[in-house]
Amino acid sequence: MRRIFPHPILSAMLILCWLLLVNDFRWGSLVFGVILAVLIPALIAPYWPSRSALRSPGKYVSYLFLVIWDIIVANIQVAKIVLFMPNSRLQPAWIVIPLEVRSPEAITVLAGTITLTPGTVSCDLSECGHSLLVHCLHAPDPDSVVTDIKSRYESRLKEIFA
Amino acid sequence: MDMFIEILVSAMLVIGGIFGFVGSYGLVKLPEPMTRLHAPTKAATLGVGGVLLASMIYFAWFGDHVSWHELLIALFIFLTAPLTGLMIAKANIHLQWTKDELPPTGTGTPWATQSDRPSIMDDGADLRLTSEGD
Repeated sequence: MRRIFPHPILSAMLILCWLLLVNDFRWGSLVFGVILAVLIPALIAPYWPSRSALRSPGKYVSYLFLVIWDIIVANIQVAKIVLFMPNSRLQPAWIVIPLEVRSPEAITVLAGTITLTPGTVSCDLSECGHSLLVHCLHAPDPDSVVTDIKSRYESRLKEIFA
Repeated sequence: MDMFIEILVSAMLVIGGIFGFVGSYGLVKLPEPMTRLHAPTKAATLGVGGVLLASMIYFAWFGDHVSWHELLIALFIFLTAPLTGLMIAKANIHLQWTKDELPPTGTGTPWATQSDRPSIMDDGADLRLTSEGD
């Protein structure tokens, strides 16, 4: 079983995506989805050798909703900045986030989250992969952004990924 | 009920349109490349999200059956938007920023974009991620 499905969650997502693309449930498309779910992980296996460990899927779902809520709130804040704040009062800043998560999957999710929540864009990783360079659109207090991201997202990701 | 759904769909479209506008206006208004990068990420999340939600509600209520393609569009946008943002940021770091201008990493190694060593995407990268620099 482990050899056919090295990444069970990826395989499940592929089947789900295929069914959503078909936009209608048919047994034939389910069979083709299963074929894709075997073929694609086999093709990308050389690039993703390690077994990803998702410890608690329930927490991952609640993390998704947290991120969606944050995206909405932060969008409104950034819209205010773009529309009403003169450029001269804008205080863009580089911030450095020392990472505690180590697995590449967790770092990817964290970096993606930071970019998707408006006002911050993750720009680079240090060579050893232990700190993240983030650009802030308007950060009068850069340190609070760091603690915010660490406590809000990274601590949750540490629990989710083993 | 039809009326209520229509108002909801219109509201979603207007919200999506407003955030799309703010995103493109920010692209013009903000002063430098790195801050400009922030504007399109807005349009890509709430702007598109509002329109997709409107489309889903409309087809679920007035169409024959629920359309799931919007969920897929949202998924693919959420996967690709951070990657394009990262690539643009990295290109900008290559072109305009020197090692002294960026803050230090605090780990003893330089930022990956400005590194002289082979890319972290090469063989053994995962090992280096987990074993080095602690």
